[in-house]
Amino acid sequence: MLRMILITGFLNGGVFAILAIGFSLVFGAAKILNLSHTAIYMATAFILFTAVNWFHHHVLGVVILAIPISGLLAMFLYMLLIDRVKQHQTVVMIISLAVAILFQDVGLLIFGGNYRSISNYIPGYMEVMGIRVLYQYFVSIAAVFLVVIATCLMLYRTTLGKAIRAVSDDMEAATLVGINVGSVCLMAMGLSGVLAGIAAVVAAPLTPVYPLMWMHILLTVLAAVVLGGLGSIKGSIIGSFILGFSESCVVFLVPNGAFLKGAVAILVMMVILILKPEGLFGVVFEEERL
Amino acid sequence: MIIKYFLLLFRIFRKEIAAVPGRLIALTFFTFILFLPAITTHHHILRVLTLAALFTIYAASWDFLSGFAGQLSLGHAGFFGLSAYIAAAANLYLGFSPWATIFLAAIGGVLIGLIFALPALRLRGFYLGLVTLGFPIVLLGLIYVFPDYTGGEMGLYGLDGLTCSLVLDYYVVVLIMISSLFVMWKLTDVNSTIVRTGVVLQAIREDEITARSSGINTTMYKLLAFTTSGFFAGISGGLYAHYMKITGPSTLDIFLSFLPILWTIFGGMSTIYGSVVGVYVLYTFVELIAIYEWATEYKYICLALILITVLLFMPDGIGVWVRDKIEVTCPRCKLGNLANRQTCRSCKAPLRV
Repeated sequence: MLRMILITGFLNGGVFAILAIGFSLVFGAAKILNLSHTAIYMATAFILFTAVNWFHHHVLGVVILAIPISGLLAMFLYMLLIDRVKQHQTVVMIISLAVAILFQDVGLLIFGGNYRSISNYIPGYMEVMGIRVLYQYFVSIAAVFLVVIATCLMLYRTTLGKAIRAVSDDMEAATLVGINVGSVCLMAMGLSGVLAGIAAVVAAPLTPVYPLMWMHILLTVLAAVVLGGLGSIKGSIIGSFILGFSESCVVFLVPNGAFLKGAVAILVMMVILILKPEGLFGVVFEEERL
Repeated sequence: MIIKYFLLLFRIFRKEIAAVPGRLIALTFFTFILFLPAITTHHHILRVLTLAALFTIYAASWDFLSGFAGQLSLGHAGFFGLSAYIAAAANLYLGFSPWATIFLAAIGGVLIGLIFALPALRLRGFYLGLVTLGFPIVLLGLIYVFPDYTGGEMGLYGLDGLTCSLVLDYYVVVLIMISSLFVMWKLTDVNSTIVRTGVVLQAIREDEITARSSGINTTMYKLLAFTTSGFFAGISGGLYAHYMKITGPSTLDIFLSFLPILWTIFGGMSTIYGSVVGVYVLYTFVELIAIYEWATEYKYICLALILITVLLFMPDGIGVWVRDKIEVTCPRCKLGNLANRQTCRSCKAPLRV
């Protein structure tokens, strides 16, 4: 029981963390609440599903191709739709929600509402301390940790990462030191799309794929991001793992727990926000304080 | 005597309504929806328009809370669904008549508003929105955990209908909608000389610290905004339960929290008429094309496409966009005027400099 909780907790927490970093990047840099973020994740999972069914001998190639496609999709959405109405925050929120609904319904039209699954990239399982664990879990968990570490390194070491953090700290000052804010926002959006794609690639073999999957995971990601403090990368990672573990605890330990899966994440978020309004690692600016 | 009043009414119409195109359109619209059952009694059309009237109250209550008072609520379905469940439970278990249960539902909405307002005393903006987003999800979890009382996935069914016929139902809902809209419009009217909630709520939205430092009890007014919004959302929830004769988990769906936001932003935020425009254009259009069997699958694709295209070119909402085209506000006395006038109809100030 404990081992199952640990394994699913690490996997869920990691997937949430990848999604939450992407969400948090876009919120930090462009100051937009991108509700279509997990819809991109869903779309990538379906692209993967189709591609794996067509070219089932070249799974690795398909996986590597799916990731930049999702990045391009996010950048395309940003240039076509969000960039024009960036000043109106609620309008951006609604447009991204409309995009998510569009993806969901196109998915429903093409694939129907059934649960689908993608076969494991690496078949087989291993016995660890008495329980059978699919190899896929090891691969996915390893990939999750690599991606989280790589993203953090990118954000803290490279020029683009520094530019993104500069824009999220102070947009005007970033403009003054010669950072092209528009293109940095675009790059942040592309990066978040790539991260959503990676999350889809990692999670798709282990979770059911269906057009309505974006809603529940969006809520969890929102909860994780807010839990850690909006815009804080470290906070989103820690928040995601807290939620990943609390979800898997509830599912395995509480009777009828699967019904409460979504509610628990939200409840944890609500309690922490009411106790500590800026989130665990959020920065409070003077004008944001009540 | 009667002629005198008639002439007075006519003068009001000529000076106050016919002079402002927006009001003329509003009057025509309300006359049209009041006489609609004389034109058609097709059951699908009547049903869609009744639900549109009901959702108008709901969308306007969101606009009251988030558009005017600036307290972003992403979990409005909490008001709607819980009051629908209250009405259903009072009707099924206690045997109250629909009128009593709708009143109870509205009171329930007020109480939920008080609970919703607790985080709003500490949080603001997107943080508040995300906490309120959580309420309906937690409630939904509770409903699934106690299926004996709440009906679980099936919901509570077999409620009493509002009245005995579709047309009467339509009139009941439309009349409640018009009176609720009137109350909300008056409460948010900035130029009102009777109540000052309109101007105070907008002050809180624009700058809460300044509002508080100029002596406004912002806590009280925020509570007022939440409870009023909850009251009207509760009315719409209770009406929904009795109109549909069933209350299910779908009334607490996240999507139902987002719908009033979609409609209101489509029509124009921070204007009560925006939510009317939004619901009657977007909802009615989307549901009326679903008359055709083949179109039901494309319903939400249509909704999303219309929403995206309209908001890209009119980010203030379609209602505000049209109003800006046909009306111009006098810079001195803030009265609305026909767009092609040169001077204000009341104070004769030049409208364009």
